[in-house]
Amino acid sequence: MEVFAQQLINGLTLGSIYGLIAIGYTMVFGIIGMVNFAHGDVFMLSAFIALIFFLILTTWLGISSVALALLLVLVIGMLLTSLWGWAIERVAYRPLRGSFRLAPLISAIGVSIFLSNFVQVAQGARNKPIPPMVRDVVVLFERDGYAVALSYKQIIIMVTTAALLAAFWYVVQKTPLGRAQRACEQDRKMAALLGIDVDKTISMTFVMGAALAAVAGTMYLLYYGVVSFNDGFVPGVKAFTAAVLGGIGSLPGAVLGGLIIGLIETLWSAYFSIEYKDVAAFSILAIVLIFMPSGILGRPEVEKV
Amino acid sequence: MSLSDVTMSPAGGAAAARSSALLSVRGVKTYYGNIIALKGVDLDVHEGEIVTLIGANGAGKSTLMMTIFGNPRAREGTITYAGRDITRLPTHEIARLNMAQSPEGRRIFPRMTVFENLQMGAAVNGFAHFDEDLERVCKMFPRLKERLQQRGGTLSGGEQQMLAIARALMSRPRLLLLDEPSLGLAPLIVRQIFSVIRELNEKDGMTIFLVEQNAYHALKLAHRAYVMVTGTITMSGTGRELLENPQVQAAYLEGGRH
Repeated sequence: MEVFAQQLINGLTLGSIYGLIAIGYTMVFGIIGMVNFAHGDVFMLSAFIALIFFLILTTWLGISSVALALLLVLVIGMLLTSLWGWAIERVAYRPLRGSFRLAPLISAIGVSIFLSNFVQVAQGARNKPIPPMVRDVVVLFERDGYAVALSYKQIIIMVTTAALLAAFWYVVQKTPLGRAQRACEQDRKMAALLGIDVDKTISMTFVMGAALAAVAGTMYLLYYGVVSFNDGFVPGVKAFTAAVLGGIGSLPGAVLGGLIIGLIETLWSAYFSIEYKDVAAFSILAIVLIFMPSGILGRPEVEKV
Repeated sequence: MSLSDVTMSPAGGAAAARSSALLSVRGVKTYYGNIIALKGVDLDVHEGEIVTLIGANGAGKSTLMMTIFGNPRAREGTITYAGRDITRLPTHEIARLNMAQSPEGRRIFPRMTVFENLQMGAAVNGFAHFDEDLERVCKMFPRLKERLQQRGGTLSGGEQQMLAIARALMSRPRLLLLDEPSLGLAPLIVRQIFSVIRELNEKDGMTIFLVEQNAYHALKLAHRAYVMVTGTITMSGTGRELLENPQVQAAYLEGGRH
C-alpha cells in the first residue's frame, strides 16, 4: 500500500512531464497531420536553456530565491524555446507544405538530428548537472518505517503542469486564436475562406507546443537535476506514445496518455523489473491500440457528412 | 429567341460595358495540375445584382467560385473586386475584403458548435455587431437558434446548409458567393433558402453570385445569368431570357417542364 502510494505520486509526476510534451505532438499532428519528430529534441534543448539560465541567474546574478529563479527560468525558457519552435517550422516544414506526405517527416528527423548534435557540440557530450534546487519533502504518512513522501519538487511539477494546462485549455477553447487553430485542424481550406491566416495559425501552434515543451524541459531538469544532449529521444518517443495512446489530436487525451505512461513505468519498475519498464509501457500501448485503434479519447474515423 | 440574342462576346457585351462591376472576371484559366478546368472565363457581377451561374456537373462552376477566392489560383486572366486586382492575393486576404462564400459541400466545422461556427464567420470583421447579426440569422433560420450549442457535424444536411449561409452572412458581406445552396435538400427547405436569398438582395441590397444546378429556381431569382459548359461561358442574359431559351430548357430545365 505504501509502496503503491509512493509510486502513484512518482508516476503522476513523470506523467505530467510526458503529458506536457505530448500536447506538442498532438496539436501539430491535429493541425497539419504531421508527426513532429524533432519535438523531443526541442524539449531537450529547452532543458539546456533552463540549465544555462538557472546557472546565470543563481551564480552570476546572485539571485538566492529559488522560487524567483525558477519562475524567471520558466519564462525565459518558454520564450526562447518558442522562438526555436517558430524558426524550425519556418525553415524546415513550411517550405515543404504541399509536398508529398513523407517530406516534412524526413525533414523533422533531420531537425531532430541537427538539434541533438548542435547541443552535443555546443555543450559537450557529458551529463550536465545542476545543484539541487528544491530539497524539502512532505511526509504524507509513515508505516512500518516506510515513509510515503511528496517532495516539493513533485508539488511544483504537478501544480505548474495543472496550471499551464488550464491556461492552455482556455486559449484553445475560448480565444479567437484557439478557435482559428481548431478551424484549421478541421478544415484548412474553409478557415482560409473565412479570413484565417492558416500559415500564421500553424506557426502559433508550433510556438505553443514548444512553450509547453519548455515547461516540461524545466520540470525535467528540476526533477532529475541532470540533462544530456541525447535526453530528447526517449522522453520524446514516450510522449509521442502518450499522444497516440490518448488519441492523437485530442488534448485531454495527450495528458491522460502521459499520465498513464508515467504510471505504468513507475509501477512496473516498483513491482516487477526496472529493466522492462519500457517494454511494459509499449506493450500496453500495443494492446490498447488493438482494441481502440484511435486511442482512448481519440475520435473514430467515421464522421457524418 | 435565337442563341445570338443572349450570347455575349467576351468582355464586349452590354453588361461588361458598364464599367462599375463589383466583381469582374476576365479571361480566367484555372488548372488542376495539367488538366484545364476553366478555359478563359469572362463574367461580371454588378452591385445590387443577383447573378446566377448554371451548368452541369463538372462544368467548372465551383472551380470558378474557388478561383475567385484564390484557391486554386487562376493561372491566366484577372479577377477584379471593387476596383482592386485580387488575382494574386492569398485566400485569407481576399476573404477580408468584405466578400464571403458558402462553398461547395457546406464545409461546416464538424467539431465546433453551431455558435462557434457562426463566430468563425464573424471573426473576419472583428466581431463588430456580432450580437445583432447572431439575432438576425437566428430569426432567418430558427432551426439554428434551437441548436446553437450542438456540434456542427450532428446537424442534418439542410441545417448544415442553413449554417453555411448564416456563417457567410455573419461578416455582413458586400458580395455573397453561394455554391449550390439547394443541393440535396427537401423542396420546402429549398424554397425557404431561395426566399432568404431574395430577401437579402431586396432588403439589404446585398450582391449575390449564385451557382446552381437547380436551374429553374435559380434563373427565376436572378437578374442576370450565365451558362457554363466544360469550363467556358456559353450563354448569358437576364434570368428570364435564359429561362425562356429553348437550349437552356432542353439542357437544364428538362424541356421546360417543372
